[in-house]
Amino acid sequence: MAIELEQQPKPSAGAVELSKIAVSETHGEDSPYFAGWKAYDENPYDELTNPTGVIQMGLAENQVSFDLLEDFLEHHSEAATWGNGATAGFRDNALFQDYHGLKSFRGAMASFMEQIRGGRARFDPDRIVLTAGATAANELLTFILANPGDALLIPTPYYPGFDRDLRWRTGVQIVPIHCHSSNNFQITESALHAAYDDAVSRNLNVRGVLITNPSNPLGATVQRAALEQILDFAVEKNIHLVSDEIYSGSTFSSAEFVSIAEILESRGSRHVDRERVHIVYSLSKDLGLPGFRVGTIYSYNDAVVTTARRMSSFTLISSQTQHLLACMLSDKEFTANYIKTNRERLRKRYDVIIAGLRRAGIECLRGNAGLFCWMNLGPLLKESTKEGELALWNLIVRDVRLNISPGSSCHCSEPGWFRVCFANMSEATLDVALDRLHRFVDEYRRTGSSQ
Amino acid sequence: MTESPSSEPEPPSPKPRAAAAGNGMRLVVPLQGVVQGRGGLILGSLIPCALFYFFQLYLKRHRSPKRPPASSSNPPSPSASSPNLGDLARTSSRSNLLGRGSIGPVRLSSRGMAIAKPNDSPYYVGLEKVAGDPFHRVDNPDGIIQLGLSENTLCFDLIERWMKENLMDSLMGGDGAELSINGMATYQPFDGLMELKVAMADFMSRVMGKGVSFDPSQMVLMAGATPAIEILTFCMADHGNAFLIPTPYYPGFDRDIKFRTGVELIPVHCRSADNFMLTVTALDQAYNQARKRGLKVRGILISNPSNPVGNILSRETLNELLDFAQEKNIHIISDEIFAGSLYGTTEEFVSMAEIIEAEEFDKGRVHIIYGLSKDLSLPGFRVGVVYSYNENILAAAKRLARFSSISAPTQRLLISMLSDTKFIEEYIETNRRRIRRMYELFVGGLDQLGIQCAKSSGGLYCWANMSVLIALYSEKGELELWDKLLNVGKVNVTPGSACHCIEPGWFRCCFTALAEEDVPLVMERIGKVAEMCKSGQ
Repeated sequence: MAIELEQQPKPSAGAVELSKIAVSETHGEDSPYFAGWKAYDENPYDELTNPTGVIQMGLAENQVSFDLLEDFLEHHSEAATWGNGATAGFRDNALFQDYHGLKSFRGAMASFMEQIRGGRARFDPDRIVLTAGATAANELLTFILANPGDALLIPTPYYPGFDRDLRWRTGVQIVPIHCHSSNNFQITESALHAAYDDAVSRNLNVRGVLITNPSNPLGATVQRAALEQILDFAVEKNIHLVSDEIYSGSTFSSAEFVSIAEILESRGSRHVDRERVHIVYSLSKDLGLPGFRVGTIYSYNDAVVTTARRMSSFTLISSQTQHLLACMLSDKEFTANYIKTNRERLRKRYDVIIAGLRRAGIECLRGNAGLFCWMNLGPLLKESTKEGELALWNLIVRDVRLNISPGSSCHCSEPGWFRVCFANMSEATLDVALDRLHRFVDEYRRTGSSQ
Repeated sequence: MTESPSSEPEPPSPKPRAAAAGNGMRLVVPLQGVVQGRGGLILGSLIPCALFYFFQLYLKRHRSPKRPPASSSNPPSPSASSPNLGDLARTSSRSNLLGRGSIGPVRLSSRGMAIAKPNDSPYYVGLEKVAGDPFHRVDNPDGIIQLGLSENTLCFDLIERWMKENLMDSLMGGDGAELSINGMATYQPFDGLMELKVAMADFMSRVMGKGVSFDPSQMVLMAGATPAIEILTFCMADHGNAFLIPTPYYPGFDRDIKFRTGVELIPVHCRSADNFMLTVTALDQAYNQARKRGLKVRGILISNPSNPVGNILSRETLNELLDFAQEKNIHIISDEIFAGSLYGTTEEFVSMAEIIEAEEFDKGRVHIIYGLSKDLSLPGFRVGVVYSYNENILAAAKRLARFSSISAPTQRLLISMLSDTKFIEEYIETNRRRIRRMYELFVGGLDQLGIQCAKSSGGLYCWANMSVLIALYSEKGELELWDKLLNVGKVNVTPGSACHCIEPGWFRCCFTALAEEDVPLVMERIGKVAEMCKSGQ
């Protein structure tokens, strides 16, 4: 297993033991990605009460469209109360712990996913398996598709949480598919094969490829041609393809996102393609509701649907929440307007941050989706190494007081890239952050330090 | 770990295996020459044996890991709310995938394949049957009456009333001054809001008797007792280790504990002569047997009040358990999810938490499971608790809770409800009263049919001895009776064999999802089956 072991924490004589999983460090909380969060927790920025605090730019949360949600709830109290004022339906709902999930909710999720894709793909509510968040969905799929010691191929850079979510309890390994800035970090056929061969040379059984589309941390959609190649590759090696599309509704323009579902349909939904494709979705990013814990697995493989559904008993969504969201997402007028408005607002934010960074002489990868941008501080590094990147990152967290995520924690093969989130704060706060960064970069270029 | 024979063919194997088989054949043929020549029989048998052995070794290395026991590891959902027959259709379509095409279907993991198989445990089969034909006094009076699911609907009127009076306020921040979706929508601590932990701690001490208080900082909240138990297991045992568990036990444990952790359950058999109470002798025996099998025991899992019997562990037994755990240096998990569902009047429920406070003891080995599915009748809301005295276990469980967190709106609702202490006190007391009433009616009714129940004080069910009705005193006989009750009597009960009970003829009957006026009908149907059995049908 790829889990690293550390010493048993402070055992006294005859103290009862913990499991290997309990003492393993695969939870990753000691990595820089999370160290920055600690810095924020200890000194959080507040416009009024703590204007010199750390601004959180390491959390991919969408707060730009809350007003739309609140407005809906205000005018549709039955969503929250099981019926106007009265509690008809409450009893059944409170007792409902069926792992199939509320049919009305699954139907609403299916239609929401269709709307996001502009109707270019169809989703069958009976293929939707519900989980308490995409974190659980990804782990669950890994349990089902791979044995302990097997490997999943994942393109770099990738979301740091995968190291924990996909490996910790499952015992499955991650083998990176290296991507480079020279072609905007797109996944290439040769990179796919190289990763596979690397795994094989290490005696690892490759069970699947997991892509995030749109990509986290790149903030860009995966191109159609690349998706076709990846699917062909999966067919050739007879492995699974998991497409984590949790940012699909956060693409700045609907036309620019191509889902793996569309690829499947364009190939006539052939069995040899379908049986290996699974999509992960969640409402945490697009709808800005991470606290609700709503994730789904959509699989074209019957056995995976059955198995995932049974296993979801460890991670069910509260029936109260399912009911609330079924009401909200069945309102097609609301969802259409939400999706459109949310995209526009995100795009505007993105434009602001890109312009702001450019004024400071900082370039970013050209992005078209997500709640963050992929910033290149490579030219500023004292040495073009992971240590150089972390040294710069340390300065930025400590002195500039911005928590951004270093590319090394995302396993990026080139040092100097950073993920910067922009949707979890007010516009005013974003301006403050950009201003701080601008001043830092000027100073740093001149003197080589931040003072 | 025990192996179970696979009931489905392995999917077509990848190339290396085929090549090895070919190589094997090419070696065997020339051996015939050796056998017929000098050295004859001995070489002729030794060499093929050796080759065969190495051949098997080669195959073993290239095979995927052994499957875990497939016993009761794949349930349809235990709810009557929607038909699960779709499940069956999906699994049978999977068999069409096998053997298709030259490359073969894409494979699932061993764990996945084990779970995909249909579950034949009567516990799950019965639940599915009811889902397909559920009794309803008006709409479906000939349907199957559900006595196989421990659910409590006796006090919904109280909860509904509370909702009517308080719900909007609880969700929208009280004075309506600001719509608090912002507070609910964003990322929350994965192990639950501190306010909910405080409210749960208070609720737990009210439920378990005022002799014990719970510290919110020793709590990890998650989406139900199901993940709570699994997460604890992941924290204290490795794949292949074992827990000791008194029988009879809740059939769901076979799935919840074994599925993904790979931890074995070793039964500690309890007998009717002791009213199915746990004895240290039995524990010792089971522990030693496990050692002999080379299994490392990491803990004991008890349910108190117990499921399916409903008895309460005495202070003495709890102390003996602690001594035993101390001696063997193992953990104790006490699942106290039915602590608030008491109907007995002679015995007092004592939580592990109370025993621990009183004694000098290494608390780090004691952990309690709780939840709101039984005592507050809210299984759909998914609220479970891991309560532990072990810092390290708490730290690990907190991190694992991210895979099973409670939805924020539900947390808010419950903070409000649980903090309404006047309502909670009324609820707890009324609940106990109504459970006791149903218990008396139900057990009394069975008594009139000549069916005795084990002595019990808690839970939502009784443990009925129907051995007088079975022709063959064996598991087979018991299952025949179960089948008659289900298909002729149209009453779903849980047979003891599904709970690993060592004595045949015992059945768990849940009575808290019935209305009083349904009890005579239930007795009539059971009585009819009883008559059938007595007259030898």
